[in-house]
Order: sequence, then structure tokens, then C-alpha cells
Amino acid sequence: MPSNPILEVIDLACERGEQRLFEGLSFSIFSGELMRVQGENGKGKTTLLRTLCGFVQPAQGSVHWEGRDIHEWDDLFHSQMCYLGHANAIKDELSALENLQISAGLAGIEVSEAIALGALRRMGLRRKEHLPVRVLSQGQRRRVALSRLLVGEAKLWILDEPLTALDVGAVELMQELIGEHLSKGGMAIFTTHQPLQVEGVQIRHLVLA
Amino acid sequence: MNRLSLVGLLLLVIRRDMLLAMRRRADVLTTLVFFVMVASLFPLGVGPETDMLRKMAGGVLWVAALLASMLSLPRMFSADHLDGTLEQIMLAPQSLTVMVLGKIVAHWMLSGLPLVLIAPVLGLQFDMSAAAIWTLMLALLLGTPVLSMIGAVGAALTLGLRGGGVLVSLLVLPLTIPVLIFGTGAVEAVNSGLDAISNLALLGAFLLFALVFTPFVAAQALRISME
Amino acid sequence: MAINWFKYSAPSTFYGLAGKLIPFFAWPAVILFGIGFYIGFFVAPTDAVQSEAYRIIFIHVPASILSMFIYLIMAGYAALGLIFKTRLSAMMASALAPTGALFAFISLWTGALWGKPMWGAWWVWDARLTSELILLFLYLGFIALQASIEDPRRADRASALLAIVGSVNVPIIYYSVQWWNTLHQGSTVKFSGTSMHIAMQQSMFIMLVACWLYAIAIAFSRVRSIILERESNTQWVKELTNTKGDQS
Repeated sequence: MPSNPILEVIDLACERGEQRLFEGLSFSIFSGELMRVQGENGKGKTTLLRTLCGFVQPAQGSVHWEGRDIHEWDDLFHSQMCYLGHANAIKDELSALENLQISAGLAGIEVSEAIALGALRRMGLRRKEHLPVRVLSQGQRRRVALSRLLVGEAKLWILDEPLTALDVGAVELMQELIGEHLSKGGMAIFTTHQPLQVEGVQIRHLVLA
Repeated sequence: MNRLSLVGLLLLVIRRDMLLAMRRRADVLTTLVFFVMVASLFPLGVGPETDMLRKMAGGVLWVAALLASMLSLPRMFSADHLDGTLEQIMLAPQSLTVMVLGKIVAHWMLSGLPLVLIAPVLGLQFDMSAAAIWTLMLALLLGTPVLSMIGAVGAALTLGLRGGGVLVSLLVLPLTIPVLIFGTGAVEAVNSGLDAISNLALLGAFLLFALVFTPFVAAQALRISME
Repeated sequence: MAINWFKYSAPSTFYGLAGKLIPFFAWPAVILFGIGFYIGFFVAPTDAVQSEAYRIIFIHVPASILSMFIYLIMAGYAALGLIFKTRLSAMMASALAPTGALFAFISLWTGALWGKPMWGAWWVWDARLTSELILLFLYLGFIALQASIEDPRRADRASALLAIVGSVNVPIIYYSVQWWNTLHQGSTVKFSGTSMHIAMQQSMFIMLVACWLYAIAIAFSRVRSIILERESNTQWVKELTNTKGDQS
């Protein structure tokens, strides 16, 4: 029976510059759970997500993965998570296929062309896999960025506004993908300004005030 | 799905950066044109007397190479920083040091190596002897990677700051002076009929020293800037 | 300069300690400056070869020595700040930089004043002077980098890294410039061919100590301003400025 991966946050406090955004934050996420972080702009949602990635050192408190501090895990933790920020993190000069293969490669996952094409097609980018991303629409670019979630076996998805620029069809697709991810034992934490529902899943809410 | 070896990772990063640059050829060319322009400014400034130019050649071409390298430094990380790919690189469960080394190698191949290759043409403009030109090329071959490496630390520290290229130059130029001194020293040794080997050996030593330390230091600088 | 680190490594306690210590450094510095100047200008005899102009070396030499010494101390504090993540170490490095730069500048300027009557030129590409110039650039780079970064934490850490990289390079730069100078048979700025008069040596030594004391006093004073500025959100600073406001 595989272990129940959990992300645990203990007494977390984050600062931006000299300003304390929030403090005393504690919660846990178990496999199969979906958590949404809410709060007004500037209240620290993105900072929280980046702290969960291990990008930013918290002013206080710690983040634990399977019982150990994420900074101790370091690369091992990063191999089990996938972070998608506001920016798409794709290169305009490369095609969707090249982008996916290279970004997966940089993340340590060697992805064959067949698998990459499969992922792109699942994201609705059939016949656009070889075009330079420059010519795609914003929504299509977001889909290319999101296709990273389909390769690799990240247990934890940290998504900052994943639905930006997506049309209705793509939003439904994302909801489906998240649902599949959760049912396989994965977990996800996200922020969004658009409504997101996943069938059969109760979304937990965390409000930063 | 396999994990990449360190060499595989290095090659992937180099290939990626080269691919990006090839599709955006302007960047490579501007550095080259700048190099040629700066070198051409000197005769315009000091007069076309061949004897004097021949004596100055080593120094002029080296200073021009230094400035051209400085100009191209912000490019090392800024594009990736702006579109979010740098974040992903830093979150990757792979050695950041190796990835930074990859970026440095790619940067050198795009900004340093072209200078080495075009140096003979400029050398002829300055009426340098064949031996001097060969020595210059060799010296540039050893020295320009060091410029890219020290420059990487500067570029990483100044990531995202206003003042861009000027600030990086202010920080990095003093540190590159030893390379300048021995690089020109090599050319002048040959001009005086002496052996340039000691100068070149020192440049080689700088190269090794930089190779061992700078990728790691630049990776730390990136972490400091991206936090 | 290290007493009981951990007690005084908090900016709030160090603020008070530094304030109390400043007079102990400042006053002796002033006195020694006075003595040094007197000996240097009035007591030491006119040099046979270099006449009156050489007197400037009793300022030039201490300034040079201190500019290099301060850079190393600055890099040391920077390293401490990076390794132990102590904010005060980083503040001390920031406090020392302008003083170090000032000494480098004085060294260059007095070098020029000396050079003019000696060789008829305001600037001479001597190995030491050239190295001093490069040191000044390193200081200016450090200060510029700090000034360009808004986030204080990033500014501290970035400039600390720069200072450490710089200090590793300083010996390399120094020897490179030395070599370059001998190759080009440039002039060497030496003190008089014969040994220096004892009074001049005394004056130089006194000035060296005076400059060192001055540097400590000024660094402490500057670090206090930095502490007030950085910690302006904390309780103790607010109380401090409030009581001051009441008194005025």
C-alpha cells in the first residue's frame, strides 16, 4: 500500500520586503485532496504557493512533505511536485513539442516524442504541435504550459491561476485532468479567479486575509 | 521515463540555448558588429599610423572583446527570467550548477567564440603579424570563456534590476582585468619576439580556476536574486 | 572588534553598545590625527631628494593600507552575514563600504599630489596606484549594487556575494597589475632612496592607528543609522524616535 503523501504546513509566516503578509498558518493536505487558496490581490497567495515550492524561505515556520522539511528533501521533493505560475514558462521561438520535451527534460524527465505528442493532443493542440508557440493564441499557449502536468509523475500540483486565458472547453478539460490526478492519489493546491469544480471532489478552502 | 545524467543535462541546456539563439539570430550578430565597431573606432580616434596601430592592436582588440562580452551578458538570464522559464529551471530536481554551466557554455559559443573567429580580420586591419594574430586568437580562445564565466556571476546578481548592462559592466569589468593584462601580454610578447607561453599558461590557469568555481557561485547568485 | 557576538548580534542591543563605544574611538582618533599631522608637517625634516612634497606620504600610506584592510573586513562581515544569516553582519559590511572607498580615494588623490611635484604628472600608472584604482572600482561596484536593489535582504546577500568574489580576486588583480607594470617598465612610486627619517615613520604609524580608530568610530556611527532605517518598523525603534520627538 503506497504511503499517503502529505503536505504539511506548520506555523508559517511570510514576508514581502519589510511587510508581513500572513502568519501562524497551519494546514495539511492528504493525497486525493484539492485545496483552493483565496484572498484579495496582494494578500500573499502567490507568495504562499512559492513558499510551498521551496522557492522562498518563510520568515517563520516550515513546510513538510511526508514528515520532513522540504528544504531537507530538496531535489527529491522537487521531483515529486509540479509548479505552474502566472507565466507560461514556455519559449516563443520553440514549437509546442520542443517546449514540452525540453521543459520535461530540464525537470529530469526524458519524454519520447510519442508521449509528448500524446500529451499535447490531449490538451487539444492537435495539428499545432510543431508550430512555433509565437503564433498560438494566449489560450493555446496556456494549454502548452499545462501539458507539462501530463508528463512526469508529480504527486503534488501547485497551480497559480491555471485557468487564465482558457476557454470553456479547456476549463472543462482541466477539471477533468485534476480529477484524474486526484483519483490516482495526487493532490493539488491552486488559486483562481474563475470558478473551478471537480466532479465528486469536495474542494477545501483556505482564505488569506 | 529516465532521469538525465549530468552530462545529458549539460548538453540539453546548451542545445536549448543554442536553438533559441539560432531562431533569433540578431543577438549573435549585434555582439559581433559591436566588437568590429569598437575596434574600428580606435584608429578613427588616434589616427591611422600603421606603426602605432600595430603596437596598440593587442590592447585595442582585447578591450573591444571585453566590452562586447559585457554587452551580451544581461541576455544570459534575462529572457528566461521574464518568461518564467528560469523559475522552472531553479525548481528542477537537477543540479543548478550544471545548468548554469550549460548556459555559460552556450553564451560563450554565441558571444565569445565569434569574436575569436573574426579577430584575424581585425588583426589585418591593424597590420598585425601572422604570429601575433595566431597568438591573439589563442589568447581570446582561453580568455573569452573566463569573461563569460565571471560575467555570469554579475548577470545573476543583477537579474531584473534597472541599469542592466551598465551595472553588470561596473561590477564585472574590474574582475576581468587580469584576463586583459595577460591576454594583451601574450600578443606583446610575440611582438617583441618572445615566447607567449607563460601568458597563455596563466590564461589557461584562470580558465580552469573559473571553471571550477564560477558555475557554483553563479548558481548561488541566482538563488539570491530569485528568492 | 568581536566581543561577545551572540549577545550583541541583535541590532537592537548593538545599537546601544555602538553608541557608547564611539567616543572611545573618536576622541583618540582626533588626538592621534593631531599628533600625526604635527610630527609629519613640522617635526620631520625636509627630505634631501623629495623636499616638502614627500610629506604627503604620511597620509597616503595609511590610507592605502586601510583601504585594503577595510575591504577584507567588509568581505569578512559579508561572509558572516551569508553563512549565519545575521542581519547585523550585513549592516556592518554596508557601513564599512563608504569609508573604505573614501580611503581608497584619498590614497589615489594623495598619490597624485605626490606624483605631480615628483614626476611632473598628475597620474602615474604605478602598480600600486593602479591596484588602488581597481580597488576603488570594487568598492563602487559594491555600493552601486546595494543601491540598485530595493529588497534589503536581497541587497545584503547579493552585495555580500560580490564582496567575497571581489576579495578572492584582489590578490590575483594585484599580482597581475604588478606583472603588467614591470613588463612595461613603468615608474615605481617609492619612498626616498635612502631610509626614511625616523620621525616620518613615527608619524605614519600614528596616522595609521588614527585612521583605524576613525574608521571604527565612523563605521559604528553609520551602522547605527542603518539600524534605525532598517528596523524602523520595530517596537524599540518606534519608542526611541518617539522619546526623541518628545524632547525636541
